[in-house]
Amino acid sequence: MSTSHTSSSGESHGSVASYVIGFVLAVILTVLSFAVVSTHSLSPTGTLGALSVLALVQVLVHLHYFLHMGGSSEQRWNNIAFVFTVSFVAILIVGTVFIMTNTAAHMMSR
Amino acid sequence: MLGRLSLSAIPLDVPILVGTFIGVAIVGIAVLGLITYYGKWGYLWKEWFTSVDHKRLAVMYIVLALVALFRGFADAIMMRTQLALAYAGNPGYLPPHHYDQIFSAHGTIMIFFLAMAFMTGLFNFVVPLQIGARDVAFPFLNNLSFWMTAVAFILVNVSLFIGEFSQCGWLAYPPLSETQFSPGVGVDYYIWAIQISGVGTLLTGVNFFVTIVKMRAPGMSWMKMPVFTWTAFCSSILIMVSFPVLTVAVALLGLDRYFGMHFFTNDGGGNQMMYLNLIWAWGHPEVYILVIPAFGVFSEVVPAFSGKPLFGYATMVYATCSIMVLSFVVWVHHFFTMGAGPDVNAFFGIATMIISIPTGVKLFNWMFTMYKGRIQYHACMYWAVGFMVTFTIGGMTGVMMAIPGADFVLHNSLFLIAHFHNVIIGGVYFGYICGMNFWAPKVLGFKLNESWGIRAFWFWLVGFFFAFVPLYVLGFQGMTRRLNHYDNPAWHPWLLIAEVGAVLILLGIACQLMQLYVSIRDCNLPANRDVTGDPWNGRTLEWSTSSPPPIYNFAIVPNVTALDAFMHDKEGGIDTRQAGGHYEAIHMPKNTAAGLVVGISSLVFGFAAVWYIWWLAALGLIGVIGAVIARSANKDIDYYIPAEEVARIENEHTRKLLAQAAE
Repeated sequence: MSTSHTSSSGESHGSVASYVIGFVLAVILTVLSFAVVSTHSLSPTGTLGALSVLALVQVLVHLHYFLHMGGSSEQRWNNIAFVFTVSFVAILIVGTVFIMTNTAAHMMSR
Repeated sequence: MLGRLSLSAIPLDVPILVGTFIGVAIVGIAVLGLITYYGKWGYLWKEWFTSVDHKRLAVMYIVLALVALFRGFADAIMMRTQLALAYAGNPGYLPPHHYDQIFSAHGTIMIFFLAMAFMTGLFNFVVPLQIGARDVAFPFLNNLSFWMTAVAFILVNVSLFIGEFSQCGWLAYPPLSETQFSPGVGVDYYIWAIQISGVGTLLTGVNFFVTIVKMRAPGMSWMKMPVFTWTAFCSSILIMVSFPVLTVAVALLGLDRYFGMHFFTNDGGGNQMMYLNLIWAWGHPEVYILVIPAFGVFSEVVPAFSGKPLFGYATMVYATCSIMVLSFVVWVHHFFTMGAGPDVNAFFGIATMIISIPTGVKLFNWMFTMYKGRIQYHACMYWAVGFMVTFTIGGMTGVMMAIPGADFVLHNSLFLIAHFHNVIIGGVYFGYICGMNFWAPKVLGFKLNESWGIRAFWFWLVGFFFAFVPLYVLGFQGMTRRLNHYDNPAWHPWLLIAEVGAVLILLGIACQLMQLYVSIRDCNLPANRDVTGDPWNGRTLEWSTSSPPPIYNFAIVPNVTALDAFMHDKEGGIDTRQAGGHYEAIHMPKNTAAGLVVGISSLVFGFAAVWYIWWLAALGLIGVIGAVIARSANKDIDYYIPAEEVARIENEHTRKLLAQAAE
């Protein structure tokens, strides 16, 4: 399995090397996140900011190394489906937060 | 041993249910007896129950939908009769406990088992044929989806005779649906029916999405795809996006009920308003999941019977896609009165009104298609034109209710009931019946009787207006939904008129049954048989096959060069079938019983979970997992139809075509 495996429709399923790189990067990012929190080296706002950035990078690492998303033309459908899913999930979450905080404020339920 | 199940769960004290049970038992025994007498069990098992053929599954879905229609309509006419009687001192004939189950079952059955099953039936039949494919992308999942839907419907009907059904309306709002207020098994029946059928629906969505993306005939680019396929595509996307939300919302309610959690309870930090938010984030896309394919049906029927291509194909596609996206940003209009401020309500009110723009585009497209066309008033066209009128009225009352200020007056009144029946009957139901009349010759090989079809249409149309226009009036008079009895003399006459409407609709359904009976009786008359496979001078690929199509659909996969591929070929003198060409062996999926086993096991699991019979639930779950593992390990899942067999079937059809042409 050292060579890149390719399915009939052309999507790459990655190689051992890419999985190892992805795994190492994911571990580093996770350790960094824990370190930022446990060492109290940053101000609370700084910690939140650092965690957000690390989380975003973590998501990108997973998408690239484990879900094999990239800019190649074979990945077009994966990318479209991903962007579509993210936008619909965003509509649902942002909408829910918008509705529920507004309702809570008006109904004094929180 | 039997959890909460005991003999007292069987409602022997309710004469209506005892009578229904005796009736169902007699009909059931008669049907089973006839199947045994004619020795058809093997045939049913081999050719239908275990079939992975999308055409067979389509027929089973539509039969399921029609059975659900009878059950749902029986509930409807019982409600109307109750309200026609239960005036002033008269309590009517349905006590509240029974009446509440009836309206909950009516909504649940009509949406999940009539409309969803009918829609999936149409998808199954039409989509693979329209895109020139030999089956769907995942034939086994297709069979599994059907059985999950069917057993969920069985579970709802079991609740009729063992225990009770939910009394919390079709969406089971908490806190009413929490254990504190609904300690019985009704809501649990609802939860498991929804979850089991939800699996089936979600798999259907995935299946058709992949089928349409991956399996179109060579040359069929996106903008050469028939409009019905486009609508099936958009519906499938909405299913994939929204059904998980339903599953989560109902699962959280289940956690509350089964494990004493507090997601939606009054106390313990629960928030029932979140349930409304989640359920409608599914519920609003759901109504578009249903109506978009109905728009697709009309986009096929109107051109066929106007003798013209569809007016504005591209705008139709864009309108469908914009409706799909917009339908996901309007869900608050179902709970404007929940207490959000004017900014939230205004946003969702305006978004709701915007949907009427692409819908209006579609309506004008159909009318311009008819303009200066050679219109044949076939039964399908009656349903199509009846839809245009009825749906427009329903759409306008919808825009009225999209104004938050107006909604505060009309919310949960009978005006709302009239509005959504106006769009669901006038849009979804008319559309699906229109589609059934349109594609029946392709499915069955013979046309449905037209006179009875037209009679059914008039009874439905007139009955609809008699049944629901009074509800608009009653809504303005302040009558709320789900009332068991009332004492306002001003309401009584309107409810009597609505009862007349329900009886007219009953006659409409009787005409539809008559239509099926007469069509089957006369199916061998030469005028009814569809030898050519193209009875309406159709425009899309499904009409290029024989009726009914061979199991492999297309012996040679057609080459698509233009929109309305089959019409393009007919006009250019090209033989889409490429009859007599070089036939090759065709790779097909084998039938499998795994879907049925998973379905039955899920039914056992669902029933056991409702009654807390945990050992039986475990058995059911083992059955599901075991069948899935066995199926995954099975390598013997496909076979080849030899080229000679394909040639034999194709030459036989060619011979019939030539004989027909010679007459």
